[in-house]
Amino acid sequence: MRERTEPRGPGAGLREPAQGWRRRHLLDLDELSAAEIELVLETAEAMQEVLGRDVPRVPALRGVTVVNLFYEPSTRTRASFELAAKALSADVVNIAAEASSVKKGESLLDTVRTLQALGAQVLVMRHWQSGAPYLVARHTQMSVINAGDGWHAHPSQALLDIYTMRRHLGDLKGRQVVIVGDIAHSRVARSNVWGLTKLGVQVVLCAPPTLLPPGLLPGRPTDEPSPFPPVTVETDLARALEGADVVMALRLQRERMEAGLLPSLREYIRLYQVNEERLALARPGALVMHPGPMNEGVEISPGAARSAQAVIEEQVANGVAVRMALLYLLTQEGGSRA
Amino acid sequence: MGEAVRLRQHVVMTAGDIRRAVRRIAHEIIERNRGVRDVVLVGMRTRGVPLARRLGEAVREFEGEDVPVGALDISLYRDDLPHLGLRPRLYRSDIPADIDGKRVVLVDDVLFTGRTIRAALDALMDYGRPSQVQLAVLVDRGHRELPIRPDYVGKNIPTSRREEVQVRLQEVDGQDEVVILRMEEPVEGED
Repeated sequence: MRERTEPRGPGAGLREPAQGWRRRHLLDLDELSAAEIELVLETAEAMQEVLGRDVPRVPALRGVTVVNLFYEPSTRTRASFELAAKALSADVVNIAAEASSVKKGESLLDTVRTLQALGAQVLVMRHWQSGAPYLVARHTQMSVINAGDGWHAHPSQALLDIYTMRRHLGDLKGRQVVIVGDIAHSRVARSNVWGLTKLGVQVVLCAPPTLLPPGLLPGRPTDEPSPFPPVTVETDLARALEGADVVMALRLQRERMEAGLLPSLREYIRLYQVNEERLALARPGALVMHPGPMNEGVEISPGAARSAQAVIEEQVANGVAVRMALLYLLTQEGGSRA
Repeated sequence: MGEAVRLRQHVVMTAGDIRRAVRRIAHEIIERNRGVRDVVLVGMRTRGVPLARRLGEAVREFEGEDVPVGALDISLYRDDLPHLGLRPRLYRSDIPADIDGKRVVLVDDVLFTGRTIRAALDALMDYGRPSQVQLAVLVDRGHRELPIRPDYVGKNIPTSRREEVQVRLQEVDGQDEVVILRMEEPVEGED
């Protein structure tokens, strides 16, 4: 069944297009205008040219210190931010929470104050708790980039997804993007919904009812406040894929099954795995994406992950250019507090 | 009460002046390099790019040879950003293939302190090792802060630091002209 939710809540609808970049933090895409998203994507284009050189390094952020503060394990996001900062000649400090004073009981804000006192200007932060970067942003002079908070948001991932789609499809207005999998627990899905809908993309979310956020459950009364801008919700993957320009599979966490949200892995695979037969239901040449890390054979088949339509490795490579663009834009002087 | 600062503008180069200057510089580039073999024109964003294209067209008209024309954005190389505040909008640089061993002519609209050219030289060296770098500007307005001098000049225009020189080009601004803008202090007693 297909249902449309109405835009509600703060951030719904388009804001005034910004003249330029005036933000100090990037916490989620709900607060960005379409024009601001475009500015990031265009800046990333210029960064991509830098990354294509024999020596991919420019002096733009010389003297700037970027701290990667990660309270959750991450390979690609942390490495991607580190490479982006280094390509701009910034100094990078990596802090994994397990190995730091956090273990000794230092509070989040104490840690942040310490990092600021040490002279860091940019804080790239991942935290298991939704909203943690918002708390930090209110208490620091540093620029805060949310590199993933709980189930809430992962804006740099969504921007690199959008950037990758744009490179293949051009203007995204009117395109159809299907996100398949554990929507309820996915910060990647949430940030993509915000970013894509602002650019005029029709987003279809497909999952078993137990893996949809409660506000999006089909058949739910529509006067209930929705956490999302308008999207189409579909529990049948074959129907969701009709006319799709992009198919994005999300990682299925093993814990979800243990929590009783899925009857069995076999059933999930049978109904929701993105595989080659199902891809044939989408538009010819539809892009196959995955934010990684993949469980091949679970949410995506090895064949689909390696097909000519798959741009999964390109997503990783594009991530560096997009994060360079963010670091460049967020470190300008005189940005207002946002 | 005379609080408003008035902006006076006067035209120092007309469209015809610009056209003649570009054609003369094209001749000078050909003469100095004894042809245009190994010459690459690199325009600096924003207005250096259309100027470089025009030079390329003039060269083709005079010599019957195509010269590669590139575009350089130096925003990532500037050392004056902390003073300027906002980051400039970044555009993609586009340097034709290989500049190793080539004679690169950097093209810009106005030469002022020389700091932009310093940044451009840094940027250029990241793309390769040209055998020579030359500098062509439409307007040299003086006030250099670095040991940099142009090889080709459309017009020398002595200015005061309080004046601003604006080059306007068809491709960017819809018309060709060079103007000097001067802020006039409100004079006591004058309305």
